[in-house]
Amino acid sequence: MINLLLFPILLPFFFAMILMLFPKKILAQRTVASTALVLTFGVTLVLLYKVKTNGIQAITLGSWPAPFGISMVSDMLSVLLVLSSTLIALLVVWYSFSSIGKDRESFFYYPGILFMLTGVNGAFTTGDIFNMFVFFEVLLMSSYLLIVLGGEKGQLRESIKYILVNVISSALFVVTVAYLYSVIGTLNMADISVKIAQIDQPGIITVIAVLFLLVFGLKGAIFPLYFWLPSSYAAPPIPVLALFGALLTKVGVYAIMRTYTLFFTLDQGFTHEMLMILSILTIIAGCIGALAYFDVKKIIIYNIIIAVGVILFGASQMNEAALMGSVFYLIHDILIKGALFLLIGVIIAITGTSDLRKMGGLIKTYPMLGWTYLIAAFGLAGIPPLSGFIGKLLIVQGGFEAGNLWGSILILLSSLAVLLSVIRIFIYAFWGETVEIKPLTRQHYRGLFMPAVILVAISVLYGVGSEWLVPYMSDAASVLLEPALYIKAVLGGA
Amino acid sequence: MEIVMCFVIGFLFMAAVYLMLSKSLLRIIIGTGLLSHGAHLLILTMGGLEGSAPPVVSHGVTDYADPLPQALILTAIVISFGVTAFFLVLAYRAYQELGTDNMNLMRGTEDHD
Repeated sequence: MINLLLFPILLPFFFAMILMLFPKKILAQRTVASTALVLTFGVTLVLLYKVKTNGIQAITLGSWPAPFGISMVSDMLSVLLVLSSTLIALLVVWYSFSSIGKDRESFFYYPGILFMLTGVNGAFTTGDIFNMFVFFEVLLMSSYLLIVLGGEKGQLRESIKYILVNVISSALFVVTVAYLYSVIGTLNMADISVKIAQIDQPGIITVIAVLFLLVFGLKGAIFPLYFWLPSSYAAPPIPVLALFGALLTKVGVYAIMRTYTLFFTLDQGFTHEMLMILSILTIIAGCIGALAYFDVKKIIIYNIIIAVGVILFGASQMNEAALMGSVFYLIHDILIKGALFLLIGVIIAITGTSDLRKMGGLIKTYPMLGWTYLIAAFGLAGIPPLSGFIGKLLIVQGGFEAGNLWGSILILLSSLAVLLSVIRIFIYAFWGETVEIKPLTRQHYRGLFMPAVILVAISVLYGVGSEWLVPYMSDAASVLLEPALYIKAVLGGA
Repeated sequence: MEIVMCFVIGFLFMAAVYLMLSKSLLRIIIGTGLLSHGAHLLILTMGGLEGSAPPVVSHGVTDYADPLPQALILTAIVISFGVTAFFLVLAYRAYQELGTDNMNLMRGTEDHD
């Protein structure tokens, strides 16, 4: 089965097309969408096993020889990301059953999610820079649908800004690819890496590296380019927000990690130094935002920005510990952000508001919710047995090894700000005076709560079993550290 | 020839940036149109403007234009076309719902949307 690595892209795509045929039959929509995601998840598990045993899987579409056709490459990093995004999509779909409402469900909501997963999985798997642009557009176009679906005033207002920012960054992506093509003359990512090494990275390539950082930084919300994210992510309903928060910025982060470890490795003094400074500023900006608001959505949204900074700080260190930490933290962050958004969704559904000052005393009526949220919050901050610990530990260790003392100390301090920001939600919402709430029906509550609990449980297992995950993560980090492995898998021999 | 094209593209980008910084939503969308024109022309120019024959295989011709940038442009054109169509309909809906096309008035606070 040489085509196995295409299935995580083709399956959601195929089922999304089928779902478009009967938009009004909600029960069938739900069944087909969840079947599609379970199937995709199963196939990705098989792919994970294959990548683990046989090394990097690469295929060039249409049997054209490698730099001429479109290559699809599945190394350990991309297969892990595909696996976790499919998992998030599955749980978000489950959560949507009881939260999104019939109006949206009968208007192409599930096809939207599946098309977005197609784009996300494709962007993680592709080995061609222009094909990556196309998959970015696939996921962005579906995200435009999902962000505006429902047509409330706030959604219309914020989606205009979201689309405008993404149109500009897509145009910049095209421009950057054009420049790269005129210098290098190829679009295959492995081939680009070879050609850049041949001409020894002249100044123009460094300029292109900065342009790529600009493009992917706009998608992934790094420091001066994150301005669009907080308000546009606050607009859509909770399941869509969970999907966006867990997946979309991570695609930008992945693209930065990929280009900065595969293409632009010869002038690290400038490019990686800049990436490091920007990621530190991203962390600071995120911390300020996370502590400033009394709105639960805004608090978690600013935590996305902090996590982007932490992951990119690890990626900019270019040593084994930090890269492995980045991969650990990237997967952890996808899981925990999904879990946190789903949990605050339950809180918002119970209290009917997202303002912390209007909540209180939930621990008496919903103790399970409270303790689950507390575990997720500790996981986010990186308390040792939980999932955020090992990634941050390795990133900080890598930072110290590379001699970046202040950056690493700042990451440790940022954990305190993260902890404070999420514990504030716990204290305000679960302790204190009981506020009048409208209790959910048992069935509705269970439908919202179960996916969140499963996600928290998976993230706890991820933290407890990190010893067991180390071989996978070190495989992923070794490809990032040695582009030669990637090039060899795509171009063969050499 | 490439130099002339670069100046033209630079002018398109300048006009696009100017329009996108204005208040009216329709001017912003016109700006995005100019921006994608600029980007598409840039791909064509950066692919090189030499080569006399169009990239259709025919007898006795050896000097073809580079076919790859043309395929890239075609892809980018349909994508930006789809996005622009969506954006225009969204602007229409937003005008119906919010009653304004002034971007300065399109900022809500948390309390009332």
